[in-house]
Amino acid sequence: MFENIRLSFQGIWSHKLRSFLTMLGIIIGIAAIIAIVSTIKGTNKQIEENLIGSGSNTVKVQLYQGDWTYDFSYNSVPTGLPVISQDVLKQITDLDEVEEASLYLSRQDYDGVYYKNTSLSGGYVMGVDTNYMDTCNYIIQEGRGFTQKDFDEYHKVALLDKDSSQALFQGEDPIGKTIEIKQEPYEVIGVVTEKDTFEPVINSIDDYYTYMQDASGKIYVPDTTWSIIYQYDEPQQLVVKAASTDAMTNAGKKSADILNANISVSDDSIKYKSEDLLEQAKNIQQLSQSTNTMLIWIAGISLIVGGIGVMNIMLVSVSERTSEIGLKKAIGARKSVILGQFLTEAAVLTSMGGIIGVIVGIVLAEVISKISSTPVAISAPAAVVAVLFSMVIGIVFGMLPSYKAANLDPIEALRHE
Amino acid sequence: MILNLQNIYKDYQQDKLVVPVLKDVSFQVEEGEYVAIMGPSGSGKSTLMNIVGCLDRPTSGTYELAGQNVLALKDKELSAVRLNGIGFVFQNFQLMPKESALDNVSLPLSYAGVKKKERKERAFKALERVGLADRATFRPNQLSGGQKQRVAIARAIVNHPKILLADEPTGALDSKSGKQVMELFQSLNDEGVTVVMITHDINIAKHAKRIMYIIDGEISEHVREEKTE
Repeated sequence: MFENIRLSFQGIWSHKLRSFLTMLGIIIGIAAIIAIVSTIKGTNKQIEENLIGSGSNTVKVQLYQGDWTYDFSYNSVPTGLPVISQDVLKQITDLDEVEEASLYLSRQDYDGVYYKNTSLSGGYVMGVDTNYMDTCNYIIQEGRGFTQKDFDEYHKVALLDKDSSQALFQGEDPIGKTIEIKQEPYEVIGVVTEKDTFEPVINSIDDYYTYMQDASGKIYVPDTTWSIIYQYDEPQQLVVKAASTDAMTNAGKKSADILNANISVSDDSIKYKSEDLLEQAKNIQQLSQSTNTMLIWIAGISLIVGGIGVMNIMLVSVSERTSEIGLKKAIGARKSVILGQFLTEAAVLTSMGGIIGVIVGIVLAEVISKISSTPVAISAPAAVVAVLFSMVIGIVFGMLPSYKAANLDPIEALRHE
Repeated sequence: MILNLQNIYKDYQQDKLVVPVLKDVSFQVEEGEYVAIMGPSGSGKSTLMNIVGCLDRPTSGTYELAGQNVLALKDKELSAVRLNGIGFVFQNFQLMPKESALDNVSLPLSYAGVKKKERKERAFKALERVGLADRATFRPNQLSGGQKQRVAIARAIVNHPKILLADEPTGALDSKSGKQVMELFQSLNDEGVTVVMITHDINIAKHAKRIMYIIDGEISEHVREEKTE
């Protein structure tokens, strides 16, 4: 075997140009596939990160009426929809898929939040529990966070995020200032930011609409003060932090099931649903993938063409080495030895093509990413599969020439000069 | 008896014409003999050689090599017979041009599945036997014609075959190199190797103890009582 591989390299090396040209088809095919796969993987990873945020793994479970989130600004609380109790919350926290869970209330406000004469139009007011900032991976950037006392004593204090702080204060220091929420004065005590600052990568207007929905600013207040500005006994929404990115879908679904078990609304279109970002990401990924799968097929054709080139050159090689084959058979080489020698040569040739192709493909992918600013993720398994696949191509297309060599009549072959 | 051929016929199909090449050839060779087969070109001596060498099958007849009916063997088994039982020497040497003399000689050993280290040792011994130990690393294009043929003989004897088949072994050599090759054959024969040699040169054939003539596919024998030279 090693002997055959050594002989193959010798054969390939002695016809450098010819071998290279033969490999070219394989190189181009493999390079194209590696480049495409890397780009797909990169794009997918980007989509996932854009939607999920890097590593936060949080899933929102919101109340829906049909396909739309139930809007408490226009609708009253339907009968049979209770406030989520601590017991129910504990059931959710006890799920294997859930690391942390937290309840919140939210209202998109167009005309209720002011600092002096500046209004925060379209921003969200969020009534949050003690756990919320941890669950959602927020940290205090300036000022202080909520204390237990703020909740217990109904302090009218607010935390801003970067967007709302920018929109309301336009660079002014917000700490200690008083803002108005539904005509109630709230004191700004701090500014929060996400622990891993993650900015979605926006390449197109479509991306913008997909990822930038809630970038218009949020204001957080203790949920105990919610009834002062909005209404009593408003059922909360839920946010859970999944144990892992893969557990997100299940964490969301199971939590929603628990919540739905506790409601008894006559309109059965009103339900808790998890906002399944992972599934959303997969849907978007599939879209980009189906176009790219086609590209892979086209690149696959190049591999077949490359394989035919290999077959062709192996046939030439067999007829060039007719007398060598004849001699080997005469001095006792079995058919399988000759077959093995030529198959090995074909496989070594295409494997080399495959390895070069992978390298070229990686370089190509990096170049594409530089030019089009889409990210790439080099896939090690794809590279291994590509090399193995090119080896298989060598074996498949080397079969005919090798059989021809193995079945040469030694007398004819020896007479051949 | 190492070779026993009886009533060998060989026909070739040329278009629709059947051309008989060997007609009722029968002969025997005892172990340790030194036989020359002579004949003009086209007489069928190469065809006979191919049949003896298990490279070709006769149209009819029987052939036993060391008591074994080789015509009943399968392809794979014939390969094994060629590998272990017969050593071939060709007119044009048939060496691998890119391999060293040592690698050329060890080629049959690799087919026999001998380990690499032992292969080198045995190949080196065979080269020593033909007096070319100092040329082991040389490639064929760095060797003279006579040296090349001696490398080819080393390759033929490396598996210790019972019988050495030589097809015009001196045909491409000058007379001095040819003489060396003949001396080598003689000493191998003295060691007990059966030698069957095809030639059209009577001076070469004279080295053998027995000469057979083949003319128009038919054989006639001439036994020499003693060796000249």
